[in-house]
Amino acid sequence: MKVRHSDRNAEKVQLQMTPMIDIVFQLLVFFIMTFKIVSPEGDFNIRMPIGAPSEGLPDDELQIPPIKVRLTATGTGHLAEIRMGEKPLGRNFKALNQEVRQIVGGGAGPSIQDAAEVEIDADYGLQFEYVMNAITAVSGHVEGDRVVSLVEKIKFAPPRAGP
Amino acid sequence: MPKQKQRVRTRSGFAEGDMTPMIDMTFQLIAFFMVLINFTEADQNERIRLPISELAQPPDEPLTDAITLQLTQEGTILLGGEEFSVEQLPVPLRRERQVLEATPGKSVARATIVIRADMRAKAGRVQEVILECQKTGFERFALRAKQAERRPG
Repeated sequence: MKVRHSDRNAEKVQLQMTPMIDIVFQLLVFFIMTFKIVSPEGDFNIRMPIGAPSEGLPDDELQIPPIKVRLTATGTGHLAEIRMGEKPLGRNFKALNQEVRQIVGGGAGPSIQDAAEVEIDADYGLQFEYVMNAITAVSGHVEGDRVVSLVEKIKFAPPRAGP
Repeated sequence: MPKQKQRVRTRSGFAEGDMTPMIDMTFQLIAFFMVLINFTEADQNERIRLPISELAQPPDEPLTDAITLQLTQEGTILLGGEEFSVEQLPVPLRRERQVLEATPGKSVARATIVIRADMRAKAGRVQEVILECQKTGFERFALRAKQAERRPG
């Protein structure tokens, strides 16, 4: 039997929006709750092969001895003094950066810059943030928006005895 | 006579608001949060407060075969959701080494150990961790720091 469709009396089919809106809002709440602003992180490369030369000996073809940076700690783990070689620099990491710039930066040429190496010798109990400050100071500095690299080869001296 | 817009009325006589702009907006918000959600936080731990460095920049390309070690202020190491002391560290490191050696194209010498050490952790502890990694055959290390806001001039 033929069924006649009459457009005149056809009613609009209304979609049920409520479940979709419910789900959409749940998704929105999930993403808002799990959203977390993470500040960017960066790495400082340290290459320490097992057969690395012992303390104080140069390990490159240019035979430049490593720049020794000594960091001493107070009893509470704070920084007591910075020494570059035998030169005391107080607790000023900017002074350390200036010293490294004088050796590596000031027209020394890219070959010296590539060959230069810094050896960080820190007290066992020194807080790590001071070591990171020293690594930052010898690695380079910021001029405006530009990063000027200094020393890229950084290594640690053999660890000092613990407490 | 111009036609006047008629409000859609349901059978009960209530006026229905237009939901389209609200749904559009909601979908845009969902898309925004979906794009920004960061699942790499699995490598991070709230116990670790990284030191801040103005030179720390996110790497241009991901590190090769990175293994993240997190050193807490107390001197323990977090690796793969487990906590170890420095003395216990060789066990999971050997496990990582075996996995690397069993995977074609990967090697211990090329792998990078990323050290996320707490800013108040002892420097000697960091060196001990590096030493243990060296004993297992790892050579490349990266010390992680949080990027500082740069001041112009």
